[in-house]
Amino acid sequence: MKKTFCLMLISLWISWTTVSSAQEIEAAKKEGKVIWYTSLALPSSTALAHLFMNKYKGIEVEVHRTGSQRVLQRVMQEASAGIKTVDVIHTSDAGHFVLLKEKGLLLKYVAKGGESFPAGFKDSDGFYYGMRATLSVIAYNPKLVSDKEAPKTWKELLDSKWRAKQVTAHPGYSGIIMTHVLALVKQYGWNYFQELAKNKLHIVQSANDPAGVVASGERPVGVNGAEYFYYKTLKQGNPIKILYPKEGVPLVVSPTAIAKDAPHPNAAKLFTEFILTKTAQQMLADNEGLYTGHPEVTYPNDKPKLKDLKLLAVDPDELEKRNAEIRKRFVEFFGA
Amino acid sequence: MSLPGTRVLERIREGRGFRLKRWDPTLPIWIGAALFVVFLMLLPVGSIFVTSLYNELGLTLRNYLEVFTEEAYLKAIWNTLVISFWVGVIAVLIGSLLAWLVTRTDLPWKRGIRALVMASFVTPPFLGAFAWTLLAGPNAGLLNNLYRSVSGAQEPLFNIFTMTGLIFVMALYSFPYVFSMIANVCELISSDLEDAANILGANKWKIALTITLPLTAPALFGGFILAFLHSLSLFGAPAILGLPAGLHTITTQIWAFFQYPPRMDLAAAFSIPLLLATMGLIALQKKLLGRRGYSTVGGRGGQKRLLSLGMFRVPVLLLVLGILSLSVFLPYGILLKAALAKAWALPLTWENFTLGNFAFAFFQYGDTQAAILNTFKLGILTATVGTIIAALIAYITNRQLLRGARYLTFFVLAPLVIPGIVLAVGLFIAYTRPPIILYGTVWILFVAYLTKEMPIGFSQTESTFKSIHPELEDATRIMGANRLQALKDITVPLARSGLIAAWSFIFIGVIRELSASILLFTPQSKVVSVVIFDLKEEGQIGAIAVLGILLLAVSFLVILGVQRIVGRDLFATKE
Repeated sequence: MKKTFCLMLISLWISWTTVSSAQEIEAAKKEGKVIWYTSLALPSSTALAHLFMNKYKGIEVEVHRTGSQRVLQRVMQEASAGIKTVDVIHTSDAGHFVLLKEKGLLLKYVAKGGESFPAGFKDSDGFYYGMRATLSVIAYNPKLVSDKEAPKTWKELLDSKWRAKQVTAHPGYSGIIMTHVLALVKQYGWNYFQELAKNKLHIVQSANDPAGVVASGERPVGVNGAEYFYYKTLKQGNPIKILYPKEGVPLVVSPTAIAKDAPHPNAAKLFTEFILTKTAQQMLADNEGLYTGHPEVTYPNDKPKLKDLKLLAVDPDELEKRNAEIRKRFVEFFGA
Repeated sequence: MSLPGTRVLERIREGRGFRLKRWDPTLPIWIGAALFVVFLMLLPVGSIFVTSLYNELGLTLRNYLEVFTEEAYLKAIWNTLVISFWVGVIAVLIGSLLAWLVTRTDLPWKRGIRALVMASFVTPPFLGAFAWTLLAGPNAGLLNNLYRSVSGAQEPLFNIFTMTGLIFVMALYSFPYVFSMIANVCELISSDLEDAANILGANKWKIALTITLPLTAPALFGGFILAFLHSLSLFGAPAILGLPAGLHTITTQIWAFFQYPPRMDLAAAFSIPLLLATMGLIALQKKLLGRRGYSTVGGRGGQKRLLSLGMFRVPVLLLVLGILSLSVFLPYGILLKAALAKAWALPLTWENFTLGNFAFAFFQYGDTQAAILNTFKLGILTATVGTIIAALIAYITNRQLLRGARYLTFFVLAPLVIPGIVLAVGLFIAYTRPPIILYGTVWILFVAYLTKEMPIGFSQTESTFKSIHPELEDATRIMGANRLQALKDITVPLARSGLIAAWSFIFIGVIRELSASILLFTPQSKVVSVVIFDLKEEGQIGAIAVLGILLLAVSFLVILGVQRIVGRDLFATKE
């Protein structure tokens, strides 16, 4: 008896916590809009926005997609000019959220849907949650590089036989790459990148861009890049193979937060709750190839489980502190 | 009774009618327009200058010191100078060759060639640069793949992501400036001197080299400087072709200063040398072209005869079309293919065909619809307001309505020496703080475009007013109309086609603008060029191609429409 009552209470509590109340939805609908600055790949963020708009008719999601570092630049520029447009901020550079929180630019919002997320996916003070996670990996074009000669480790990328055959994305644009560089610098030191730069890499901006460059054969080897985007490109039938180096794979958890001066705070809260629901998180896993913090989400069979990989996690505080250094040294080695 | 009338007329014409002027109810309009233009120019430049001299500690020269001692920044300056020099040289070679062929020889199909030169002129350089990444990327580029499959070679024929590649592409979109300049001069050179040389026994080619070439030399230098300046101010092409190879130029470096944490002080200090360089070059160009030592140039008198190319007519035509295919046919072709293909690098078969790129660009991706709307709204608004203001100023200077009117010319033409990105730095500094906060709205873009396009609007309207004699206006004024009425009822209708031309030049200039927009947009005020740049950074090739085609299509529609209304070629020299 006591047990069933307990279960009832729990299930009641779950339904109460995971579903936004009618009042909250009403308040959000009155605002009618949520403005989302996001670094999630354009097709993925558009898909997520449409999922939300289908569920909550009458609330429009304005997607503004650019690289993580550009999102931060926008947010800071607008804050300093006193412009209040952004509602929800999402980048792949966890350091940004340390900075934004410190500057008082975030709204504290304890998301009900975030309760069950593991520690690495939420701020202890309730300012931000990890909306998604991905890895930074090596990839190659199997039409141009045989499995046998393909590089298997980060160190093998330094081999001069890859000269003018590699592509890298840019930490000055992408939060994923910012995280990647710090993770590898901690592992191998700056020497690694100094050596790598000798291979005359093709430099693109977004962590999503290497997938297209590798698939088209413009450069057959990607020395980094967002795993989910490589995976999506592969699934579309492009010639791509992904390698998860044994020495460790940088794990990138991308937080989401609500802006302190959000012009549509209720819609922002509703949107935040929504993107942390199982429905949304499962969609990100199924269609977009992402990992998530949601404990109940399942992943496609052809993707490795996170627990089977050696993950290289970086500390958001360190990411924040070394942001300028990483950008400067990268430009020093690679030229731009 | 006609005597007093004549006297008034003379006094008006000579600008001595002070008493009349004081009563002129339209005077506030002239003064207002003049003050507006002065304000428009002074604010951004002043802001840059002041900002460049301050850091958090106060008045200082440290910003300059930092900018000019850091190796990476010096490298960017050096890259820019080398690139612009070679762009200038190549643009002069192509531009003058084409101009000479079109104006002085019996080359067939001249109208078509002029139209293609105009197409190169209208194509935004960032779009051309993007198209060339698909054509001549070293490994996947279509031309390189074609070359490899034909020759069996391993190495690519051409790598576009190099300094050479960048120079090549920028020259392709700078030569039309040289072309129009040289074509104008070539139209004016009479054949007398060439005839004299002929009589003395020189052959055709010797005449071309020893007579025509020296006569056009000042214009060639002028064209070189124009192309040099144009390439100095470009942002999109170096960002697309230079950055992947680790090459920074001044403009991309200024843009990088805006990344968080922004270094406005360094951006300002870095802008000043660019500003001084352009000023110096414009002054030099004026000096070269203003020195009318070549009395045969500029006259109308003599006869102009066309040189016969003889058996070379067809080969030369093919050469010309070959050059123009580099700037028009090939890039347009690959854009069209990329817009319609699922995978741009694969052949356009039925399996590879899709309209998905159009659907994605226009309907799924939320940014584009708003951006397209913003772009055309800004285009129409800027073109309309810009034409009106430019016409008012041109009228003031042309009819000497205000004392010191000729100094106004300086202010209206000043933006010529301000590269778009520098202007944007100035506007950003000026309008992100009280009393006037425009940043965050489309109005800051409007101000930027208005400023940037003022010189072209002014020179168009000014040459139009020059060709309309004041007599008719004077007559209406004697009949009792005030100046504004006279302007509206008499001069504007007469100047109609010139004003429409000015409007369309401004419109086309606005919808392709990137270098100022890239610093001034906010997500609420995006324009198409910025969306294209955003998409480029993420590698969304199909969507870029769709939007690029849209920009080109609208530009050509405007030109064709205007040509129909006006009844002449917009880009024609006096034929």
